[in-house]
Amino acid sequence: MPRLSVVEPLSVIGGAVERGLAYLGGVAQLLGRAFAHAFTSSLKRSLSYQRACHQAMVIGVGAVPVISFITFFIGVIMALQGAYELKRFGALHLIADTVAISITRELGPLVTAIVVIGRSGSAFAAEIGTMKVTEELDALETMALHPIGFLVTPKLLAMLVMMPCLTIWADLMGVLGGSVFGVTGADYTFGTYLSATRDALYMRDIITGLVKSIVFGLVITGVGCQEGFATGAGSEEVGRSTTSAVVTSIFLVVLVDLVFTAIFYVTGGA
Amino acid sequence: MDVDGPIISGRDLRVQYGDREILHGVSFDVQPKETIVILGGSGSGKSTLLRTMVGLEKPTSGAVWVGGTNLAQASAAELDEVRKKIGLSFQGGALIGSMTVGENVALPLRELTNLEASTIEVVVRIKLEQVGLIQFQDFMPSQLSGGMKKRAALARAMAMDPEILFFDEPSAGLDPIVAAGIDSLILNLKQALAVTIVVVTHELASAFLIADRIIVLDGGHIVAMATTDELRRSTHPRIQQFLNRVPDSEVSDDVDHLRLYTERI
Ligand SMILES: Nc1ncnc2c1ncn2[C@@H]1O[C@H](COP(=O)(O)OP(=O)(O)O)[C@@H](O)[C@H]1O
Ligand SMILES: [Mg+2]
Repeated sequence: MPRLSVVEPLSVIGGAVERGLAYLGGVAQLLGRAFAHAFTSSLKRSLSYQRACHQAMVIGVGAVPVISFITFFIGVIMALQGAYELKRFGALHLIADTVAISITRELGPLVTAIVVIGRSGSAFAAEIGTMKVTEELDALETMALHPIGFLVTPKLLAMLVMMPCLTIWADLMGVLGGSVFGVTGADYTFGTYLSATRDALYMRDIITGLVKSIVFGLVITGVGCQEGFATGAGSEEVGRSTTSAVVTSIFLVVLVDLVFTAIFYVTGGA
Repeated sequence: MDVDGPIISGRDLRVQYGDREILHGVSFDVQPKETIVILGGSGSGKSTLLRTMVGLEKPTSGAVWVGGTNLAQASAAELDEVRKKIGLSFQGGALIGSMTVGENVALPLRELTNLEASTIEVVVRIKLEQVGLIQFQDFMPSQLSGGMKKRAALARAMAMDPEILFFDEPSAGLDPIVAAGIDSLILNLKQALAVTIVVVTHELASAFLIADRIIVLDGGHIVAMATTDELRRSTHPRIQQFLNRVPDSEVSDDVDHLRLYTERI
């Protein structure tokens, strides 16, 4: 049956695409409702604000140490890798530029997103999934406290504020890491390295990274919470949701990254 | 919920999970201020019926009215209004795990009323006092035993002074002494609060102790709906089987079974 061999993979791909789009639709709908609750919730505004601040501490402040270490080292690594190639052209003085651009445009936002997925995206799925299994979500609902407004909205607001902040911090730490090599392995002083970095960067590079980081924040919140709500009965299901939240978020973050980088490239910022 | 006639009524309720129908058209009325027990074996659909009465499950056909509101047709705001007047104590407690017992009880008061923090504190203490958990106000739910969780859940269900209290299996999984304690707690509430109480249970003794009327549910059908006295006198074989705790195989007879579903006492 030669025809089947063509049709079958196509229908498999078609089915996967359809499921993927339905999934994204579900995530978008969840985020939309969480936004709506931010403005028209029957819950106390001051308490919602408190919950959002609590989330901001957990998502943002809690992530600072690990993001600092990782992006600092990535800054050093980028400088070393860049130097390997640049040295052959006698262009070691371009190290600061290379590090600055790759960190602010790409690695700062991406590494921040991956750390936040590991710390918070997984935690969202586990928290909401556990609440589903123990009927806590049903309890909230019967108390007229809407689970989306109560649980998702504070996470979403915190994430939208904290992702850009963490990304800026990651950018700084990455540049700092690069400067360690710049000072010890190339002919920079700390001051000249920083001013070279400043000259190399355009506002556009930083904004590009921040725009990405906000969209990453949407993806991480939406997927983490969606997986939590989709948890089936039984505690082993919570583990499955958590894994799925991490894998799906990483995949979608890279996909979004690709799309945005392509858009920025085409619109002439490269 | 100032309604004449029944405070809750179900008409021809059919509820299914996926393709599997669990409730096959049940109809019942609950009168204001009565204590009604839904009695049935495990898997007979008791929890499903309870969840339908509070709007957590949507019937595929039929309708359920609570305080004059048709839950299936109510807007989100109307549903909220109904839910502010009911309290549900879940089988496993369903206390919010990240909050202390006191915060759990305070939660609906803080979010939905404009009471001062000091007033809320007093209300929380009163409710916890009523269920005998006053010294556990600052404990986390994970630090409580099963019976204490159920009592804490009851305190939370009562927080908003609801007009209808729902209990899912208040004494299931507890040792007989603790279970008897919960029964007498419900009896006390019944006398003290003058609210409508709907209890789901598979414990016969407990049902006869607390109920004004009992609905017997079997395989998604209502097989009896009667006062406790009427039920004791019933000669209905399926009910006798349940009351005498006879295992299914000893009386099972397909024809008999079918007839039981079609006749009511
Ligand atoms: N969320 C659900 N999804 C699918 N089936 C369910 C769900 N909840 C309950 N059931 C099934 O419905 C039937 C009745 O359940 P339930 O109402 O919980 O019974 P009871 O409370 O009387 O023990 C059971 O057979 C159970 O397996
Ligand atoms: Mg049950």
